[in-house]
Amino acid sequence: MEIGPIWRALMRNKTAYVLIALQIAVTMAIMVNSIAIIQERSRLMARPSGVDESNIFYLSSNGFTPDFDDRAAIVEDLEAIRSLAGVVDAISSNTVPLRNGGWSSGVQTEAGDDVDGTGVAIYFIDEHGVDTFGLNLIAGRNFEPTDVEWYSQSSTRWPPAGIISQDAASTLYPDAPNDAVGKTIYISNDQPVRIVGVVERMQAAWKDWEGVERSMLVPAFLEDSFTWYVIRTEPGYRDRLMPQVEQMLAESNDGRIISEMTTMTETRHKSYHEDAAMIKLLVFIVSLLTAITGLGIVGLASFSVARRTRQIGTRRALGASRPAILRYFMLENFMVSSVGIFAGGLLAVAMNIWMVQTFELTPMAWYIIPAAMLILWVVGQAAVYGPARRASLVPPAVATRSV
Amino acid sequence: MIRYYVKLGLLGIRQNPVLSALMVAAIAVGIGACMTIINIDYVMSGNPIPQRSDVLYHVQLDSWDPNEPANEPNEPPDQVTWLDGTALLEAAKGRRQVLSYRSSRVVQPADPELRPFEVSARSTTADFFPMFDVPFLYGRGWDKSADDTLEQVVVLGKEINERIFGGEDSVGRTLMMNGDVFRVTGVVDEWAPIPTFYDVSTGPFNEVEEVYFPFSVSVAREVGGNGNTNCWKPRDEAGWNSFLNSECVWMQFWVELHGADEKEDYMAFLDAYVESQKALGRFPRPLNNRLNDVMEWMADQEVVADDVQVLLGLAILFLIVCLLNTIGLLLAKIMRRSGDISLRRALGASQSAIFSQYIVEAGVIGLGGGIIGIGLTWLGLKGIEILYSEMEFIENLVRMDWVMILAAIALAIVSALGAALYPTWRACRIHPAAQLKTL
Repeated sequence: MEIGPIWRALMRNKTAYVLIALQIAVTMAIMVNSIAIIQERSRLMARPSGVDESNIFYLSSNGFTPDFDDRAAIVEDLEAIRSLAGVVDAISSNTVPLRNGGWSSGVQTEAGDDVDGTGVAIYFIDEHGVDTFGLNLIAGRNFEPTDVEWYSQSSTRWPPAGIISQDAASTLYPDAPNDAVGKTIYISNDQPVRIVGVVERMQAAWKDWEGVERSMLVPAFLEDSFTWYVIRTEPGYRDRLMPQVEQMLAESNDGRIISEMTTMTETRHKSYHEDAAMIKLLVFIVSLLTAITGLGIVGLASFSVARRTRQIGTRRALGASRPAILRYFMLENFMVSSVGIFAGGLLAVAMNIWMVQTFELTPMAWYIIPAAMLILWVVGQAAVYGPARRASLVPPAVATRSV
Repeated sequence: MIRYYVKLGLLGIRQNPVLSALMVAAIAVGIGACMTIINIDYVMSGNPIPQRSDVLYHVQLDSWDPNEPANEPNEPPDQVTWLDGTALLEAAKGRRQVLSYRSSRVVQPADPELRPFEVSARSTTADFFPMFDVPFLYGRGWDKSADDTLEQVVVLGKEINERIFGGEDSVGRTLMMNGDVFRVTGVVDEWAPIPTFYDVSTGPFNEVEEVYFPFSVSVAREVGGNGNTNCWKPRDEAGWNSFLNSECVWMQFWVELHGADEKEDYMAFLDAYVESQKALGRFPRPLNNRLNDVMEWMADQEVVADDVQVLLGLAILFLIVCLLNTIGLLLAKIMRRSGDISLRRALGASQSAIFSQYIVEAGVIGLGGGIIGIGLTWLGLKGIEILYSEMEFIENLVRMDWVMILAAIALAIVSALGAALYPTWRACRIHPAAQLKTL
């Protein structure tokens, strides 16, 4: 092998190669950590919210006149919306998943004010709620019309039934998550709530909350002049129904404002747009950086080929074949790259440990490192190929000329 | 002499146009990437009220649950309860104090053609305007007496005044909100503190509210908060009064204090207040009150997004890669010109003359890279604005000012000079004799 002579030749003119190896190392560290962040964000973005996102839209109704009748408005509006063709079902609720605004509360398995609670997102819905959100009820039963109450500022008693998400069940009952139905939990320290059902998944309104998968559905209408109407349509009807529902509600009652009409698709988009933007930024940075490092390799290789034209000619004159010259430069690059790549691997791990500690990220997957190594080796070989080929084309006669 | 070096530098650049262009490009790209992120970090961590930031203090009282802190590790809640806010307001121990919260109102224009619409509102006491240096287009804030007499007065944002009164001086005119008639006392001019320091409970970068009206009126009308409400203790009774008297935190209290003595006195007052409340059975946790001035509070609330800090780290490494590239290119260039250097040395140029000449050349390249880098920074900020277009406030975060433009040029020149040091040093050390022999 030629590794020995190549290495000794490298050592005679270290600086330029050290520069390239350093560039590769830093590029490697950035690449590995960027891929780790991209992976993490993609994983978060892929989590389903549990609701039928493509067919749901919602809007707010804000009654502002002093004589606005909260109850009558909700009852009339829901009746009108549910009777529209194309509407699967509709409810009045306090929020929807991913909207980044809502209500959370602590619940506990025993009564008492010194018991540790578990935070859950609270959704006020009626017996149409499970159907409207398109939730998958995996145990127990749905709410009955008789479960549903009016809950307001002046209520002192919490509605005594609840449906919780599977994740809330396994947090509350880590030993027997499948037997949650029929058990009683306590809200506000000592108000009992009997679990009547469990849904597979219903995310909270805050995507960054550690308890985003924990929620509790409460069978009540929130008696307030402000409410959200959540409407699920037959596939394909959503966009047609949106203006229709908005206009119908706006015209039916002068004492309120209908606004903020939004689809669940938009809500997801808005909720995760920072993550989506971060992914695009990182992809851009890594691509640009790899290109710059590649150009650096081309530049250095061209320079060293130009400087060594005479030696190449001499080697050719002494019998080295063209492939041998090509191989020399490819191998030289491979060695320099390898030094950079291994140093970069260490740097990447150190950087990842720091980022995990500082920003509470999840540690990266191990296979990103070999993947990045492979990418950088290929980039290095591709970058050096041009100059190396030019070197192999140097005619042996050069050796005899004085340059 | 410098002029001669600059001339030589320009000649040198022209001699190797491709290599020089590559160097300028490497520096420009590095500066562009780095300055884009530095610019955003600079805007996010900027001082929203530099003239008064060290006399305004945010108050935190630890009224929280005996079993767990409001925020880990042992932080008091970010906001205050109605009970404590109004008690501190009444005590009036600071030079000025303000108690406020974010709410919303429905404006009912007199013109029947215009439909009623929702506006974001701030329910606040009178000192909000002088304390936070709010600029007025017309009129001014309301008198403190209006707070006490529950006078229905309102201060409008510029946009709302435009929408309702066509941008005229509306002081003294009336506006109907949620069925009540309010008298306009002032119209706020353009005002966009970044971050919106006086209330970061719903995020540090929001638009300021569209209307302002007295806290006392708001509470009397039972107007709830539109921000975060956090409670740890169940309420004994139902209704608005029980909510007011609960341990729920949902408003912000700020106090104006000048100098360390006043701050110390106020801290002592807060501790005494909490002790007096403990006697009534409230405040089950140990004394843990906080007074933070504006910048301390912004640091405490970590207003600069984590993503920006990650990107900042990556951008600095990015610049380093670009500079390593530049060093390599410079080295190549100088080695190629070693014959030239030897000749000049042989003809009597000193090492320091060679050094100066090449450093000046690097400086010129750095300047070029910096100027192009500013253009790239501008492009980068535009790109960020498009990427984050869903964020309402983004256009305020991608502004570039003179400080940042000068910083870009300075960073470019320093980077170029830093990159040039080693190659130039190598140039000085070329032995003329050895090189001249090969010529």
